[in-house]
Amino acid sequence: MSKKNPEYDFKWCPGCGDFAVKRAIEMAMRQWTIKTEEPIENTVIVAGIGCSGNLVHLVDGDQPFGIHGVHGRTLPISLGVKMGNPNLNVLLVAGDGDFLSIGGEHIAPAAKRNLNVCAVVMDNGVYGLTKGQSSPTTIIGEITPTTPFGKVEDSINPLDLYLTLGVSYVASGFSSKVKEMAQLIQDGMEHPGFSIVHVQSPCTTYNDNYDVLRGNAKKGIAPLAYDVGEEHDSSDIEAARAIVNEPGIPLGLIYQNPNSIPLDARVTKSQEKTSFKSAEDQIDAFTL
Amino acid sequence: MNNSDFVVRFAGEGGQGMVTSAEGLAQAAAQVGYHVQTFVTFPSQIMGGPTFAQTRLSASPILSSGDYLDALVCFNKEAYETHKDDVRDGGVVIYNSEDFQLDDSSNSVGLPFAELAKSTGNARAENMIVIGAFAHLISMPREYLETFVTKRFTRGRPGDEEIIRANIEALQLGGNEISKSGFQLGELPPPQPPEGDQILIKGNDNLSLGAIAAGVNYFVGYPISPATTILVYMERNLVGPGRFVYQAGSEIESINAIVGGGYSGAKAMTSTAGPGFSLMSEGIGLAWMAEIPLVIADIQRGGPATGLPTKTEQSDFLAALHPAHGDASIPVIAPGSVEECYDAAVHAFNWAERYQGPVVILSDHQLSERSQNIPRPNPNAIPIERRNVYSGNNGYLRYEGESVSPMPLPGGKGAYVANASEHDPSGDTTHLPHRHVEMTERRFAKLKLLENEHFESLNTQSSIAVIPWGATKGSMKEAYDILEAQGLDIAWYYTMFLHPLPIKLLEELQSKDLVIVPELNYLGQFASYLKTLDVRAKAITKYEGLPFKVADLVDKITETVTEFRSRKVRA
Repeated sequence: MSKKNPEYDFKWCPGCGDFAVKRAIEMAMRQWTIKTEEPIENTVIVAGIGCSGNLVHLVDGDQPFGIHGVHGRTLPISLGVKMGNPNLNVLLVAGDGDFLSIGGEHIAPAAKRNLNVCAVVMDNGVYGLTKGQSSPTTIIGEITPTTPFGKVEDSINPLDLYLTLGVSYVASGFSSKVKEMAQLIQDGMEHPGFSIVHVQSPCTTYNDNYDVLRGNAKKGIAPLAYDVGEEHDSSDIEAARAIVNEPGIPLGLIYQNPNSIPLDARVTKSQEKTSFKSAEDQIDAFTL
Repeated sequence: MNNSDFVVRFAGEGGQGMVTSAEGLAQAAAQVGYHVQTFVTFPSQIMGGPTFAQTRLSASPILSSGDYLDALVCFNKEAYETHKDDVRDGGVVIYNSEDFQLDDSSNSVGLPFAELAKSTGNARAENMIVIGAFAHLISMPREYLETFVTKRFTRGRPGDEEIIRANIEALQLGGNEISKSGFQLGELPPPQPPEGDQILIKGNDNLSLGAIAAGVNYFVGYPISPATTILVYMERNLVGPGRFVYQAGSEIESINAIVGGGYSGAKAMTSTAGPGFSLMSEGIGLAWMAEIPLVIADIQRGGPATGLPTKTEQSDFLAALHPAHGDASIPVIAPGSVEECYDAAVHAFNWAERYQGPVVILSDHQLSERSQNIPRPNPNAIPIERRNVYSGNNGYLRYEGESVSPMPLPGGKGAYVANASEHDPSGDTTHLPHRHVEMTERRFAKLKLLENEHFESLNTQSSIAVIPWGATKGSMKEAYDILEAQGLDIAWYYTMFLHPLPIKLLEELQSKDLVIVPELNYLGQFASYLKTLDVRAKAITKYEGLPFKVADLVDKITETVTEFRSRKVRA
């Protein structure tokens, strides 16, 4: 809505990876509406707090519904939206601080539920909106305003974490590869269960690691990010675990559980064991 | 002494059948048309620990679970020592002679509980021994209890007949054994069954029924005493197509999930108690800010922090009113009886749907666990409201205007961003000063939609009034009736709608010289709120984790009124 709304004055910095994520999400939503023949209003974007969450106000073209909630709670809010109306396509956007730090406690239950939503996590290795503090993916030793003498914690490996927690669809994207990212998001939306597309989305102001990710031959920097390639079997959890623990950042579909049964289907099945009870029926149970 | 109204307390170690005894007696008496009320309190542990449960039964309507005991049934010495002072003059102690002996037999009688039970062939019939003994003391016809036992254990299982036989024998044995003592408490008059169908129900179950009748179709909760029974009720009963019930990973998950549920169009609810309510703060603020209808039932227990998980207190009022940071004030409905728990839930949903925001139901431990006979609720008595859903085209400004506006639902037209940040009419984030002014005033203006005129009043010309809230209503009303009979000139007011208060009620309270507020907390929370509304309020407080005794309220109110009047004369 931003282009039509002069009052909304939020801006990403030039070169921010989040621009690419926005484009990828717009492409994926468009493909999804064509494929399912459902209107865009059937999609809800649940946004976290941070630079990334502002994406929900910046979507161009036909507008999906959105919630710009509180810090760290995209997953429980998504649980609410999806199970309140299981016909909706629920997409979640959050940063590494929102999703992995303050919101980290919600990933494991969402994975065990196999909540049928697609989370797009924009990882820039820093708290950008609050001006450059250390985040869970900031590497050890890094100097930031909250780690003036170097970060003392190990950084987490998000892809390994997701696999360990049992997320049924884990993909890795990069803001320099918009088309590939769009496909991963679209596949994630179609996956019957919890999908995470973890995106390297550099912060050009506080943590510009484009050179590190892409490589820079002139500066003699080898690329950290690489394509998983055709030979990777994404239905093999052991292969997925191996690849995310090797040096570098693999890009592409890391793992997809071929036998994934989403929460909404589990609930429907469980409810088959019982039947609807009206208020009158329930009051009767207390009759003397 | 009142011969048509008896209170018995069963006390001992958790697991010895205290609650079963109290509930069984209540059910048996209610089935034949007596008025009953139970009170249960226990420690926060799975098994054991000092526990007690009491039953009050009467031929006429009752409002509290009773101050003093006509009979105390002690399963062990500790129970006797703890509760003996609550036995009224002329009351009787029935104790387990296998555990201890009492020298003074002028008001006590020992029975070998376990030995008597074993002799019936059913070692688990101890509670029937003590119920039988108590029933003898009040000359309660045996067939009442025998009918109850037969009904309860006729479950279509092979052993039913034997269990019924042994339990009936136990009832008789208890009665026969105690008859040897010669004690008698009086003669229970025949029941005068209340008009209309009755049910026997606990506060939390009735609150759940009200929510079901109001159309709740989305419930997410997390176990916490004393609210767990609502989650458990919903898990069993909120089933079938279009309904969703779920145990979340924390109260933070619960509240944010119901925000999402309410946003997607569901009638969403959670239940919790103090510690969980604290965790929900930010999420409640989100619902207020983004204008999402939802209902939170806070079943108060002793606080702060972990506090007294299984004891009663009314200390969450200010937290319910202002759970979150920033300018917000959440509507609060506090049921004052088991019966009102149902209506409170229906009204809470109606409010949430009408003003499109969060509503808190403030119940408490004593109501949650209390069994009481009440008129059968009528699901058609209160019209069920549904939010105004937007049905126009795209490009809608959801937050435009000075009060509530139609709410678009995902899947339909009118896509918008429900925003926890301050926003413009479209839902996009803004920092403009005039927007924050407009939007803040819009959110507060919506509260006006909730004002009603539902309150009770008596003797309104008096310049001194009393206004209890929540579960204190019952004991205060019994105290009020006594004070009135003693000739004290004092007005009575009561409402379950604590915020916003009925306008006319507030005006009347403002006109009084003194408004006395009995409440179970240290701060005098509701009184302090009334003071901010220019009411000359004064709290009478208690914070022991137990309800008010009627007699204590009579004394304290008399004292407060006398002191106030004498000061006025001196002035």
